[in-house]
Amino acid sequence: MARRENSEINAGSMADIAFLLLIFFLVTTTMDVDSGIARKLPEKADPNQETPTVVIKEKNVLDITVNRSNQILVEGTDFVQVTGIRKIAMDFIDNGGGLSNAVDDKPAEPCDYCQGAKNPLSSDHPSKAVISLQSARGTTYGMYVSIQNEIEAAYNELRSRLSEKLYGVPYNQLLKDYKDNPSESIKARIDNLKEKYPQIISEPEPIK
Amino acid sequence: MSKFKKKKKGLPAISTASLPDIVFMLLFFFMVSTTMRETDLVIKKPVLPVASEVKKLEHKSLVSTIYVGKSKDKKISGDKIQVNDKIIDINDIPSFIFAERALRKEEEVKFMTTSIKADKEANVGTILDIKEQLRDINALKISFSTSKGTDLKSNY
Repeated sequence: MARRENSEINAGSMADIAFLLLIFFLVTTTMDVDSGIARKLPEKADPNQETPTVVIKEKNVLDITVNRSNQILVEGTDFVQVTGIRKIAMDFIDNGGGLSNAVDDKPAEPCDYCQGAKNPLSSDHPSKAVISLQSARGTTYGMYVSIQNEIEAAYNELRSRLSEKLYGVPYNQLLKDYKDNPSESIKARIDNLKEKYPQIISEPEPIK
Repeated sequence: MSKFKKKKKGLPAISTASLPDIVFMLLFFFMVSTTMRETDLVIKKPVLPVASEVKKLEHKSLVSTIYVGKSKDKKISGDKIQVNDKIIDINDIPSFIFAERALRKEEEVKFMTTSIKADKEANVGTILDIKEQLRDINALKISFSTSKGTDLKSNY
């Protein structure tokens, strides 16, 4: 009996099968990376312990209030647009009109890296400058995020300026370098910048 | 006439033998980069606000997501909060976070981030309530999920 010749398998439909799979994965794939504005919430104080009251001078607080119709009031007097907040916040943080807080071993010193107006009626030192953002419950989330974004931008811009001056590279370049290859020296630089311009944002109870 | 015949001889059919290889390559790329959609939204898909100073959320496995948006049913007003596959009450957020924590290793818990994906039309009150709940249980790392862009005007 003659053995039947083993005919070759037809591979022509292979492409069709692969295409079918490809289209399936194309449709189900989501490539979006979740990104957003990172925030750290303040820790809740122990209710059994009495919280020490901290007195902060009025001039060291930048008061931003948003009402339910998305209107912004700065320091209780100036009616501004979202785009104006960045400049106001930068001027406020960078003012450097006085001395920093004396920490254990370091005496109080003026801000030698600030380029602000040194107005005695505005903030003393970046480490003392508090930004207070009070919003109404009815404010829209988009507005809230925009303001948070502008505040973040103000800090980033100040850090970047100082970073260029000290290390010759912008702040976000430092962050990127650190992510690509984490090393102690870059971390020290980032920490230094963060310490020079710490983010102090307070969010009081919303307006009812 | 003679010209036509010459041309036909000079053009052999393009070989399609390597087509499967190309397709397979594409296929493997999408297979590797794909992530299946884990949650079906029962609320209306939130339109995220735009922000320029965004940070990428790292360690996807350590992120728990809370969605805030309007109900699909037009008759129901107010913001709805969705986690996993269902709409929950604001007071159930701590138990959701505890459940998320139970799934992770203990040493990873402190790196866990809560991502809030809220519609830009949502009320800040709802967001602040969520933040308050998260503070209560010491889930302090949060991220306001946004899409990257510079056109802040579209937010409000």
